[in-house]
Amino acid sequence: MSLLIKGGLVVDPSRHLEEPLDLLVDKGKIVAVEPPGQIPENGRRIISAPGLVVAPGLVDMHVHLREPGEEYKETIATGTRAAVQGGFTAVAAMPNTRPVNDTAAVTRLMLGQARDAGNARVYPVGAVSVGSKGQGLSEYGDLKAAGVVALTDDGLPVNSSMLVRRAMEYARTFDLPIISHCEDLELRADGVMNEGRISLQLGLKGIPAAAEEVMVYRDLTLARLTGARLHIAHVSTGGSVAIIRLAKAMGLPVTAESAPHYFSLTEAAVLGYDTNAKVNPPLRTDMDVASIKEALRDGTLDAIASDHAPHSSLEKEVEFTAAAFGLIGLETSLGLTLKLVHTGELSLLQAIDRLSTGPAQILGVAGGTLAVGAVADITLIDLNREWTVDASTFASKSRNCPFHGWTLKGKAVMTIVGGKVVWEE
Amino acid sequence: MEFRHKDLLGIADLEPEEIRLILDTAASFKEISARPIKKVPTLRGKMMMTVFYEPSTRTRTSFEIAAKRLSADTQSLTVAASSVTKGETLADTAHNLEAMKPDVLVIRHPASGAPHFLAQRLKCGVINAGDGLHEHPTQALLDLLTVQEAKGRLDGLKVAIIGDIAHSRVARSNIYGFTKMGSQVTVAGPATLLPPYLETLGATVTTSLVEAVSGADVIIMLRLQLERMGQGFISTLREYRNYFGLAPRHLQLAKDDVIIMHPGPLNRGVEISPEVADGPHSLILEQVTNGVAVRMAVLYFLIGGEKG
Repeated sequence: MSLLIKGGLVVDPSRHLEEPLDLLVDKGKIVAVEPPGQIPENGRRIISAPGLVVAPGLVDMHVHLREPGEEYKETIATGTRAAVQGGFTAVAAMPNTRPVNDTAAVTRLMLGQARDAGNARVYPVGAVSVGSKGQGLSEYGDLKAAGVVALTDDGLPVNSSMLVRRAMEYARTFDLPIISHCEDLELRADGVMNEGRISLQLGLKGIPAAAEEVMVYRDLTLARLTGARLHIAHVSTGGSVAIIRLAKAMGLPVTAESAPHYFSLTEAAVLGYDTNAKVNPPLRTDMDVASIKEALRDGTLDAIASDHAPHSSLEKEVEFTAAAFGLIGLETSLGLTLKLVHTGELSLLQAIDRLSTGPAQILGVAGGTLAVGAVADITLIDLNREWTVDASTFASKSRNCPFHGWTLKGKAVMTIVGGKVVWEE
Repeated sequence: MEFRHKDLLGIADLEPEEIRLILDTAASFKEISARPIKKVPTLRGKMMMTVFYEPSTRTRTSFEIAAKRLSADTQSLTVAASSVTKGETLADTAHNLEAMKPDVLVIRHPASGAPHFLAQRLKCGVINAGDGLHEHPTQALLDLLTVQEAKGRLDGLKVAIIGDIAHSRVARSNIYGFTKMGSQVTVAGPATLLPPYLETLGATVTTSLVEAVSGADVIIMLRLQLERMGQGFISTLREYRNYFGLAPRHLQLAKDDVIIMHPGPLNRGVEISPEVADGPHSLILEQVTNGVAVRMAVLYFLIGGEKG
């Protein structure tokens, strides 16, 4: 049955549109976009959207779904369920599974699980190196044919600059972008939080901002050498932002993302040794938060991606130094981003761009647009809904959320994938 | 003035008045250790459990003696011989021990924040006997008592703390303790061993031993962990001794009645010369005696009377 979404405010960054418009969806595609009331209602399922924003489906390009191998933390089914409840129609799934996604076989497994779950689309990201061990290249051709949209060893940096060069060249051969986790492991040593005032106070070993910045600079330089399409993952420092801004000004085709926790929390969240605030890269300072926000505003950062990293009580209900790094984010990403819209730090169009159009373009996948003919991946958002974050009600299997108890304003109320309503409130 | 904490996790959590209360009480308990019968029934029937995940000579022994002098029962878990070696978690270990109803758990652990982790989960009191790089509150308290006895006061003094500040929980606790009581703390060491943002704790920072000891009333030397050489923090022990080891010639730069302290164990001839360690200005052994008294006071406040 076709859908008629009427009375809503269409916000489509792909065409710089922010206008009351009605949408007609049929056979999984957007078939008409017209001024309100122009599309006849007969025989269609009406989705009434007055007071709601109608956006291209949100795309989270950095998610850890933990399947295969760590299904006790999250599965593709529960992770994609969490995604659609958070308003996301698609996620890019990171390869640090067990086994690592460095073969077509694992890629096909993940796609099969996603198809069976029928929630959000899953775009697998393949490993840069076999087992992500940083030694040999994986089979980029096969991975691409099986369905990966990009390559990364995320979770880890690729230490060897020579391997990064070769990976970038080999990836260019198959027209795949490389997503870089920028971290100098030796500078990071056994740090567990940002190196600063708070790490000193808590007696915890720190990870200096330089550990991220030296590798951002290295990878940008190698991208310039090789002509690769580089995307910098989870940018957390003002120093990284400055280097990326410079690279873009020089015309490098680099893109970059940050996560909501890097513009919503600082290292102060670790006080009391809260393991839900233990994440890599770590939460930084107020100045870094300001730089991240400015970079999202001026486009130096093209995407907001949650780095959703589920962990169970085994990994988090332990002393801080022993806890795993990571926090979940699919169900709070939109709300935290809309906070910036409500304070005027980001426009609505910019927010939807960073959450949808930007990531879709970077990954080269369908979506991120509400143009006629586009795939009908649509998110309906109530900008003014106030809600309290309750991690115990999350669709995710895991509960490692530092935003539990926060009051947010703005929430997805319906998620449509390929013309099918996969979730509504 | 009452001591209203369930746990003793760090000096950072204490008000100056609370520190004063503990020190005054410790001073009165000290007398018990000088008697022929070194026991009072104050904590009779109470149970102190010690769980030390790191080796200790002074701290663990003095907690046990402190408890016994107040007639408390003690039980210690030797971690290397416990089920921790089978992978039992800290939380499980603590809950299992708590199920045997001790009145207080004294813990030393390599992870900063481990005592906080336990204090949040256990009903019984938790005493931090040293957690990672974070704090060692009873050490700072005994250091304060030692200075109080020697100088008659704790305010307006120049205190120098010298050595591996970056890896020292004793340094942090002492910086908090001495600044709270109104003294000025200068820390010194090679820049590799001085963590950034130290000034935010209220200390003056220098890489010059000479500057730190000049005019000092109190000099606290910290042990250099010999592994630091292999980790790129220092060049050689020889150079460390030459530039950061306390020698007799340095005492002339300090006040005439300067006192020398060290939390122990000493690396004789590295951070402190034997002449200084054994000399007339040294109160290193007095610190150890005060350690028992301070721990008696802490146990009294946490589990004495109706508490625990």
